[in-house]
Amino acid sequence: MLTAKLKSDEFRIAMRRYGIFLVLFIIIIALSICSPTFRTKNNIISVLQQISTNGLIALGMCFVITAGGIDLSVGSMLALVGVLSALLLKQGYSLFLSFLIPVVLVTFCGFINGFLIARFGFFPFVVTLAMQLVIRGAGYIVSGGYQVPIANLTYLKVYSYRIGDILPIPTLILLIIGILAYILLQRTTFGRYIYAVGGNANAATASGVSVLWIRTFSFVISAFCTSLAGVILTAKVAAGMPNIGSGYEGDAIAACVIGGTSFAGGIATIPGTFCGIIIIGLIYNGMNMLGISSYWQTICKGLLILGAISLDMVMNKRK
Amino acid sequence: MDNQNNVIFSCEGISKTFGGVRALKNVRLEIRKGEVHALLGENGAGKSTLMKIVIGLYSADKGTMFFDGAPYVSANPAKAAEKGISMIHQELNVEPKLTIAENIFLHREDRVKGTMFLKKRLTNQKAQELLTRFGIPYSPKQEMGTLNIAQSQMIEIIRAVSSGAKMIIMDEPTSSLDSEETRKLFQIIRDLRSQGVSIIYISHRMEEIFEICDRVSVFRDGEYIITTDLDKTNKAELISHMVGHEVSNVFPKVDCPIGDVVLKVEGLTGKGFSDISFEVRAGEILGFSGLVGSGRSETMKAIFGLDPYTSGKVFLDGKEIHNRSSKQAIARGFAMVNEDRKEYGLCLFRPIRENVALPRLTRGPLLKWIRTRTESQDIRQITKKLSLKASSIEANVYSLSGGNQQKVVFSKWMLLNPKVLILDEPTRGVDVGAKAEIHTLVSQAAMEGMAVILVSSELPEIMGMSDRIIVYHEGRINGEVTREELLSETVTQENLLALAFGEKR
Repeated sequence: MLTAKLKSDEFRIAMRRYGIFLVLFIIIIALSICSPTFRTKNNIISVLQQISTNGLIALGMCFVITAGGIDLSVGSMLALVGVLSALLLKQGYSLFLSFLIPVVLVTFCGFINGFLIARFGFFPFVVTLAMQLVIRGAGYIVSGGYQVPIANLTYLKVYSYRIGDILPIPTLILLIIGILAYILLQRTTFGRYIYAVGGNANAATASGVSVLWIRTFSFVISAFCTSLAGVILTAKVAAGMPNIGSGYEGDAIAACVIGGTSFAGGIATIPGTFCGIIIIGLIYNGMNMLGISSYWQTICKGLLILGAISLDMVMNKRK
Repeated sequence: MDNQNNVIFSCEGISKTFGGVRALKNVRLEIRKGEVHALLGENGAGKSTLMKIVIGLYSADKGTMFFDGAPYVSANPAKAAEKGISMIHQELNVEPKLTIAENIFLHREDRVKGTMFLKKRLTNQKAQELLTRFGIPYSPKQEMGTLNIAQSQMIEIIRAVSSGAKMIIMDEPTSSLDSEETRKLFQIIRDLRSQGVSIIYISHRMEEIFEICDRVSVFRDGEYIITTDLDKTNKAELISHMVGHEVSNVFPKVDCPIGDVVLKVEGLTGKGFSDISFEVRAGEILGFSGLVGSGRSETMKAIFGLDPYTSGKVFLDGKEIHNRSSKQAIARGFAMVNEDRKEYGLCLFRPIRENVALPRLTRGPLLKWIRTRTESQDIRQITKKLSLKASSIEANVYSLSGGNQQKVVFSKWMLLNPKVLILDEPTRGVDVGAKAEIHTLVSQAAMEGMAVILVSSELPEIMGMSDRIIVYHEGRINGEVTREELLSETVTQENLLALAFGEKR
C-alpha cells in the first residue's frame, strides 16, 4: 500500500516536472510524421525565429506571474518601442541610441507599473490594463498615428540575419535572455525572493524579504524583456507601427501557464516556460503546415491553456 | 423539573471532532425563556464550537437539540434565524455600503407581490419604528459604514429581534465597546429579557457576567462542567471550575545559567497594547500569558518590526534600537515564530529547503548567487537536528503534518542562531508528540544562550516552560510571576487566570 502510494507520488512529481516536455515531444513527433515540410531545416529555423518575440515576453511575464502579478501592458509596449525606434532613426540618431532609448523608456514604464502595484497595493490586472491604454496612446501621439518606416538595413538585420546561416539573431537573443532568466530565477537570491513573494507575501515579509522591491522589479524585468521583443518585432515589420502588438499578452500568458507557471503565484520554472513558448509556436506553425485555418489555431490554443491549468490543479492538488 | 415548560433551548450529548481533535465531548446545555445565560471557559474550551453548532455553522457528530419544544437541527445560520436563533458575532456581519434599513431587513425585504421590486418606503418606515423603539437616533437611510462598532452592533441586535429571534447568542459583545456603550447594550439586553427573549452571553469579563447574567455554564477542554445561578457563586469558584484540577503534563524545562539582559523594552505602546516594559536575559524563557486578543501578539509583532509602535523604547544588548521592518530585526539577531504559521511562516507550495533558507538569505544582498550544495548541507543538518520528518528537503511543505510544518518554521529561525527568539503560540495545531519535541527545542534554545520569549495561551505549557511569566490583561501588563512562585505553588493556575481576567494580585 505504502509503496504504491509512494510510487504514485513519485509519478505525480515526475509528471509535474517533466510532463510538459513529454507533451512537447509528442507534438514534435506527430508534426514530423504528418507534415514533410515541417521537418525541413528551413522551417525549424523559421519556427525558432518566430517564437523569439513571444518567447521574450513570456520569459518576462513568468517573473511577474511567479511573484503573484500579471502584466497586460506588454502589447502596447511593443508598439511604443517600435515607434520610438523608428522615429529616432528618422531623426538621425545612431543605431545604438535608437535601440537603447526606447528600451530604457519602456523598461521605465514597467517600473511605474510595478511601483504602483507594490507600493499602493493596486490590483496588477487593473494597473497594467490602464497602463496598456496610456502606452498605446503615447505610441499614437508620438507617431501622429502613422506608421514610421525604417530604411536602415542594419536595423532590419536584427530580425533576418542568421549567424553561420543557421542561428537567427532573435533566437540568439531569446537563448541568452532565457539562460539569464534561468540563472536569475532559479540560482540567485533574487529568484528565491520572487518565489517567496508569490508563494506567500506575508511569510516573505516576515522572513525579511523586501516585498515592495521584488514586486516592482518583476514588472521591470517584464518590461525589459518586452522591449527587446519590441526591437525584434520592429525589425521584422520594418516599421514603427503604433497599432501593432495587441493580444500579445495572451500568447505570453498562455506560454507561461502551459509551461507550469501557476496563477496562484510562487510556482514556475524557466525550462517549463521555454517548453510553453515552443508549444505555442508549434501550434501556429504546425497547423499552418497542415493547412488548418487560423481560427482553429485560436481554439486549439485556448483548449491547451485549459488543459494546462487542469494539469496544474491535479498535480498540485489545489482546490 | 418544575420549569420544563420554561426551557427554550436544550441540547444533550453533543460531540464534535476536528481532524482527530475532540473539540466537544458529550456536552449539554439548557437555556430558559427570558434569561441571560453566560457561557464561560478558557480559550478552546468549546464555547464557540457549541454555539456554531447551534446556529448551523458546524454540524455535531453526535447529540440532540431541542428548541421551543421541538427537536431542532440547523443546516445553516439563515435557517437558524428563521427558526428564531440568531448570533451576533464578534466580527460584525453588516453590509457597510447598504443603509441601516436595508441591513435590518436583509434577505427578507418587502417586495411588490410576485416581483423582485423592493418596497423601499415601507422598509424605511418599518426600520424607523424599530429604531425609535430601541431609542437609536439614526435615520434608516443612513449608510451602515458610517456607524461605529457599538452602533453597528445595536443594528445587528435589532435585525435579530425584528426577525423574531427567541434566542440571541452574543459572542463577546462588549469587547470593543466603551463603558457608556456597554451600559446602553445592557439596557437593551434587559429590555429583551423582559420581553421573554433569551440571551446566551459569551464573555471573558467576569464583572459583566455578574452584572447582567442570570445563570452561567462553565466549559473546560471541550467538556460541560456545571451550570449555576450567578447569585449562588463567586468569581473564585468559577475560575476554579474553568481551570479544573488535573495534574499538568511534564515539560522538559531544563534549568540553565541565566546571563545578561539581552532585550529590554520600556513603555512600548502601539495598537492593542500600551506601556509594556520588560527585560529578557540570555538563557531565560520569559512567558507571556493572557487571553487571546489581549495584545501579546501585537506587542511581539511590533518588536519584530512587522507592525509599527507609537512610543516606547527597545534596547538590544544595552543599545537602543528600532526595528522598522522584519528585515532589520533579522539582521539584528531577532527571530520570530509567528502564531499563524500558514499566514506568516511558510510558503506552502515551495520546498522545505527554500523555506528554511529564506531568512538567512535576506540577511545578505538582494542579488547573490546561491550555492545550492552548501545550502542543502546546512539545511539537512538543521532539519536533522530538529528531527524533522520528511521524504527529502525538496518536498513541498504542504505535504507535511502540522507538527513537521512547525519544525520547518523553527528550522528557518534556528539556522540564524538568533539572540532573541520570539515564539508566539509555538505549539498551536500540532499533535501531542510534536508538542513535546517543540518544548525540548525551546529549552535547548535557552541553553544555547538565546533570550526566549514564549507567548502561549495554554496555562500548563507556559507554567511548565517559563522562568518568569508576564500576564497581560487588555493590552497591559497586569502582573508578573516567577518560577519559584510557581514551583512553590504560591501562584497557581487559578491565580494566573485571575490575572488574565484583570484581577490584581
